[in-house]
Amino acid sequence: MGSTSSTLSKIPNADELIQETGFTSAHLARLFERFEALDKDKKGYLSPQDFEAIKELALNPICDRIIGAFFSSGQEMLDFSSFVRILAHFRPIDNNRTKEPNSPDPINSRINKLKFAFQLYDQDKDGKISRNELLQVLRAMLEKQVTEEQLESIADRTIQEADLDRDDAISFEEFRKSLEKVNIDHKMSIRFLR
Amino acid sequence: MGFLSSVKPVCIVLISFAVLALLSFGANAEDSPKPTTTKPPAKPTEHGPIYTAPPQPLPEPEKSYLPLFTLNYPRVQIPFEITLWVLLASFAKIGFHVYHKITIWVPETCLLISIGLIVGAIMHSVHEQPPAVLTSSVFFLYMLPPIVLDSAYFMPTQPFFENVGTVLWFSIVGTLWNSIGVGICLYGVCQIPALGVQDINLQENLLFASIISAVDPVAVLAVFEDVNINEQLYIVAFGESLFNDAVTVVLYNLFNHVAELPVVDAADVFLGVLRFFLVGLGGMLFGLVFGFVAAFTTRFTRKVREIEPLFIFMYSYLAYLLAELLSISSIMAIVTCALTMKYYVEENVSQRSCTTIRHVIKMLGTVSETLIFFFLGVVTITTDHEWNWGYILFTILFAQIWRGLGIVVLTQIINPFRTIPFNFKDQFGLSYGGLRGAITFALAYTLPNTIIRKKLFITATIAIIIFTVFIQGISIRPIIELMNVRKTNWKLGTINVEIHTRLMEHITAGVEDLCGQWSHHSLKDKFMRFNNRFIRKILIRDNRPESSIVALYKKLELQNAMEVLDTISGDISAAPSLISMHEEKASNKSSFKPKRTFLASDLTAMHEILSKNMYKIRERTMSYTNKHTLPNDSRAREILVRRHTSIRRSLRARSFQGSESARSQKYFSLPLGQSLDTGYATESIRLNADGDPALELHNRSVRPKPRPRSKQPRFSTTRARLDPLQELHSTVNMEDEVRAEESSHRPSRQSSSSSNSRSRAPLQRHSSLGTPSVGEDDPEGDEQQLESPPPAWTPEPPDRGSGGPRNPLLRRAQWKPQDK
Repeated sequence: MGSTSSTLSKIPNADELIQETGFTSAHLARLFERFEALDKDKKGYLSPQDFEAIKELALNPICDRIIGAFFSSGQEMLDFSSFVRILAHFRPIDNNRTKEPNSPDPINSRINKLKFAFQLYDQDKDGKISRNELLQVLRAMLEKQVTEEQLESIADRTIQEADLDRDDAISFEEFRKSLEKVNIDHKMSIRFLR
Repeated sequence: MGFLSSVKPVCIVLISFAVLALLSFGANAEDSPKPTTTKPPAKPTEHGPIYTAPPQPLPEPEKSYLPLFTLNYPRVQIPFEITLWVLLASFAKIGFHVYHKITIWVPETCLLISIGLIVGAIMHSVHEQPPAVLTSSVFFLYMLPPIVLDSAYFMPTQPFFENVGTVLWFSIVGTLWNSIGVGICLYGVCQIPALGVQDINLQENLLFASIISAVDPVAVLAVFEDVNINEQLYIVAFGESLFNDAVTVVLYNLFNHVAELPVVDAADVFLGVLRFFLVGLGGMLFGLVFGFVAAFTTRFTRKVREIEPLFIFMYSYLAYLLAELLSISSIMAIVTCALTMKYYVEENVSQRSCTTIRHVIKMLGTVSETLIFFFLGVVTITTDHEWNWGYILFTILFAQIWRGLGIVVLTQIINPFRTIPFNFKDQFGLSYGGLRGAITFALAYTLPNTIIRKKLFITATIAIIIFTVFIQGISIRPIIELMNVRKTNWKLGTINVEIHTRLMEHITAGVEDLCGQWSHHSLKDKFMRFNNRFIRKILIRDNRPESSIVALYKKLELQNAMEVLDTISGDISAAPSLISMHEEKASNKSSFKPKRTFLASDLTAMHEILSKNMYKIRERTMSYTNKHTLPNDSRAREILVRRHTSIRRSLRARSFQGSESARSQKYFSLPLGQSLDTGYATESIRLNADGDPALELHNRSVRPKPRPRSKQPRFSTTRARLDPLQELHSTVNMEDEVRAEESSHRPSRQSSSSSNSRSRAPLQRHSSLGTPSVGEDDPEGDEQQLESPPPAWTPEPPDRGSGGPRNPLLRRAQWKPQDK
């Protein structure tokens, strides 16, 4: 497992990352080890195939979308800092952080978590979840035996409930509003092991 | 009505078998008379004067004719009775599923015991005794091993090893806690003169307590299945029940030995503890050794496929017996043997042997357990009991208290070490769900006769088993549902919330898997590396570096293939996955629908659909929840089926990146059904209409290599169209041409899968199924399959005959603009 400091020295701009993402150095070291373990061919970066080789992930119904979220904008190489930045979304929210007025939200704020989830729906990145996109996600998440009609009515209902400006799609604001009662922190956080 | 009419014949059958059983015992009683005329006359004795030939001293036998029908019962008595009992118990099991709702509310063990009670009542009323088969040796040598092997073989290994600490903690420490606690309390109770049990000393109490602390929480898992339960709970309950048995048996033997000693001193206690560890670890060592030997043997069994399963059974049984010989924990031996063996053996043996092994193990285990519970029911009625209200009630009370207390305390201690702590509901489930099982009964029944109050112990054991199985078993489901319902806010938010939250849960689960949060992955990685480098080379026949996803994928493809074939009644196109996907896609037209108003009933229907049908997180252990059926991973299969193309793409691309493409050829060799390729390529084009066309070509030739030994027809063709299809009129012509060329190439093959029109697709695709796989190494054929597509197609199939990098089997994406 290696000591934290020796691993940290291998990470380029470790301090910056710690600052930006809020991970501790121990977390960062462990994530780096995981990064290296996933990078079986020792390329120094990760590719989608490395992700798909993780068996448990492959059995996740929305695996492709999750991988797509990491490799946004079509790139095929994921370096460690991008890896960590995305994972930072899943850090539990620190409630006792003092809010500095001008600094941007930390990566793991509620809004950013919601944005992350939103982008999994919105594949064409137009800022809205169209009916089609919703249907695709539903299809992935539901078992085969749900008929197409049922799917469509569920999708219709979803849009109906959330769509306030009647454009037949769910924008980010509407998405956020529909989830305002939900404890996002609880749902989208991982207790990172030390 | 229908229910009644279907129950009646079953009842009749049951009763008739009971009668038959009785008859057999009746016949037993009168085995003497029968035809002596056929027997030779008594031999002359040695002592008296020697009589010569028969006739003289004996009276002239009456002339009798050759009897046409003789009854020689003693000859077949034992096997006959055994068979009848097994059949009777099995009929009972069939009977349970007549009305399927029964098995939801009532655990199967309840039903078995009830039937046993009925049969016992019948026998008692005719004053028969049950066959005295449940002796110590019969139980420990014949009935226990299958049960344990069954539990061990179907233990999901990966989650198990991730939780091995918790499992061992609960089973070992928990059982010790229970036995000692209950034992001491009972001893205290025994001092009360009013109960009249003062003659039971401490050792005997401890012995009894150790017997009744063997819980079998697996029965509860079936209940938890419908309720959104912590996956960890499954594995802990599963593992606990397994190791519990081991610990109980060890403790039992220990206390048994101690109970016979007149006086116990400190040295004995110390030796006892030492022996405990020795026994446990020794058993594990034995198991490991035998597991490796078994794996090694299967490396050479290619030519003797028919008896491959035999090795598994023989080795495990041998491990068990040898451990018994040396008086170390035989259960640990067989468990470790099964766990070690399973991984390597399932790679070495053929698919059929693998299936056979699983089925036989399941069958033996189920039969054994069924028989034991059945006997329990029978024995309950027919033995004469010694009932002592005080002792028995206190036993039940203390057992409950100590179990509950034990779980709570142990959880508190171990929660900080777990990534997912157990909450109250889990703890309740574990403690209340501790039904006593087969082991408890058998151990009590086989107590040595030196114990004075043996009858009391047996009665108490039966009482507690019946109490836990019936009362707890039946009530746990309603209680859990109540607890669950109260916890979740049924004022469920909107459909939105439900969908989005589930999505988020999936995301989180996925990212957790990504981060490797569950396993202490460095340790596991080290072990896997060691495994790949050394162990696999020795133990596995054709060793190739397998990535887990490829292995899983191979297995699922093969199973799916066989399943589809199984459902053939002539109509191959009834393939479920294909057709349903097909229909789905067919209606995916963006139609403009006017705004619908949804009724409340619609909404509830929607909620229901969502809650029932959305994939739950990490379903990998769901398939193991029911102890009585074989594991089934259909959900995983569904998900993989859907992701088919992207998986292939990734596997394909991987092979390019890998420096070991020479080796990777082994698992990426081309399928025998060439037509698949074209199907694929078209797929991929459609998929990434906007995406990178270059990527597409990869798909074409990748397929994880099917197990070479299996002669199953290649089924991969159905995969070809699984992903979202879009209108592809443009590709119609291409495919025709390709097909034509292909068929000219390999006239013997039916290359039908490249049919274009979607309506024809399902049927035609399947016809290629009929082609039996031609044998293990037919990769060359594939190379010549593809012709370059007509111009309309941008990507181009690789040249025939030009090998990929270093290896003819890999196709390389070539971008020649055309064609031919």
